[in-house]
Amino acid sequence: MGGIGDGISWLFDGEHWQGPDGILTRLYEHLGLTIISVAIACAIGIPVGLWLGHIGKGGALAINISNVGRAIPVFALLALLALTPLGRSNAGTVLALVLFALPPILTNTYVGTREVDRDAVDAARGMGMSGMQLLRKVEVPLATPLLMNGVRLAAVQVVATASIAALVAGPGLGRIITNGFARQDQPQVVAGAILVALLALAVEGVMEAMQRRLDPMRRAGRVSVGRPPDVIEAVTGS
Amino acid sequence: MRTRRDEIIEALGEHVYITVVALIVGCVLAFMLALTARRWRRLELVILGGSTALYTIPSLAMFSLLLPVMFGLGVAALSTTTVIVGLVLYSLTILVRGILTGLDGVPPDVREAAVGMGYGGGKLLWRVELPLAMPTIFASLRVAAVSTIALTTIGLIVDHGGLGNLIDQGREANFKAEVLTATVLCVVLALVADLLILGVEKLATPWRRKAA
Repeated sequence: MGGIGDGISWLFDGEHWQGPDGILTRLYEHLGLTIISVAIACAIGIPVGLWLGHIGKGGALAINISNVGRAIPVFALLALLALTPLGRSNAGTVLALVLFALPPILTNTYVGTREVDRDAVDAARGMGMSGMQLLRKVEVPLATPLLMNGVRLAAVQVVATASIAALVAGPGLGRIITNGFARQDQPQVVAGAILVALLALAVEGVMEAMQRRLDPMRRAGRVSVGRPPDVIEAVTGS
Repeated sequence: MRTRRDEIIEALGEHVYITVVALIVGCVLAFMLALTARRWRRLELVILGGSTALYTIPSLAMFSLLLPVMFGLGVAALSTTTVIVGLVLYSLTILVRGILTGLDGVPPDVREAAVGMGYGGGKLLWRVELPLAMPTIFASLRVAAVSTIALTTIGLIVDHGGLGNLIDQGREANFKAEVLTATVLCVVLALVADLLILGVEKLATPWRRKAA
């Protein structure tokens, strides 16, 4: 049994970075899965969230979907999908990841659009803007901070969920951990855990920077809406 | 001869045990941390930042990283203790935030009036601030309970994931009914816990019922 130090020295062995089971291959798999899944979830969640927020309907659905998502164990969904024909390909993993990335994106986009200052919306309408113009020129820019908050939460969630895919023999960095357990190689388990944790923290950092860059209010040099309420923050990891 | 019923009850029992212990320990620690953060405001950023960083670490990595820590402490690593410690760390983020938000949400007028009436220190906290913070604290407890129940399944990596063990067993044996049963039980458990905490909240805040 080794400690954290043995895990770190495992990481410094060049051999562990090469080959089909190597760190680099697993890292590419992990990042690929994450990017594809978050992109699909954005392509579905953002338009639906914007539309529901724009017409002001479906609020209960958009909010509750996050609560339901929290109650379903990630591992259970992955295991169920693994037992379907779909599960034997990477498509099953991507589907599960998209399902868990959707709630934060949908909820945050909806709340962001809904909470746009009603005076701003009335003023825009008074200026003769059509529904589409209102959405594009007023609601989307003002909803961006919350929308991006949703994308950040989704990305961090997907990085975590993708590591769990290894428990059902899926790809990604989690495999280094599960293979380590299978071989009772504790330095490898710890090394894999360090990699997964670092990747999650790095994605969180990058997404936070992106969230700040893309905030139109901040770019315009004005005070931003600030951080969203905790209820929306607390969409669970996995 | 162990029947399926025995297996399910055993897994369910372990799941409930892990969740309940993790939530109780989480609540006690969260209260201590929240009160510390309120007493020394400089520590607030450290406590909130630290628990948020912990929350970012994926569960599979968290349980794996706890193995050498447990070993160093002389605790059996492949045990429910490892799972409980991991879940407590996750629940802290949600609970500390909830408690601090609740306590900070007490209107200053109320606090002033209470101080004017001679309340102070612990009495102010217990008799005035905490009761008013209850709704926020209970809301965070519900979120913590539901996510803890879901996360417990990942404990199977150290052989103690409650219903997660059943899910894994069913998956390996290609036995769909077992996976589905365990999944449904997990979701039902989360729902029951949510309603139970809601009930306790109603009992703990009788004045809110009268007002409504």
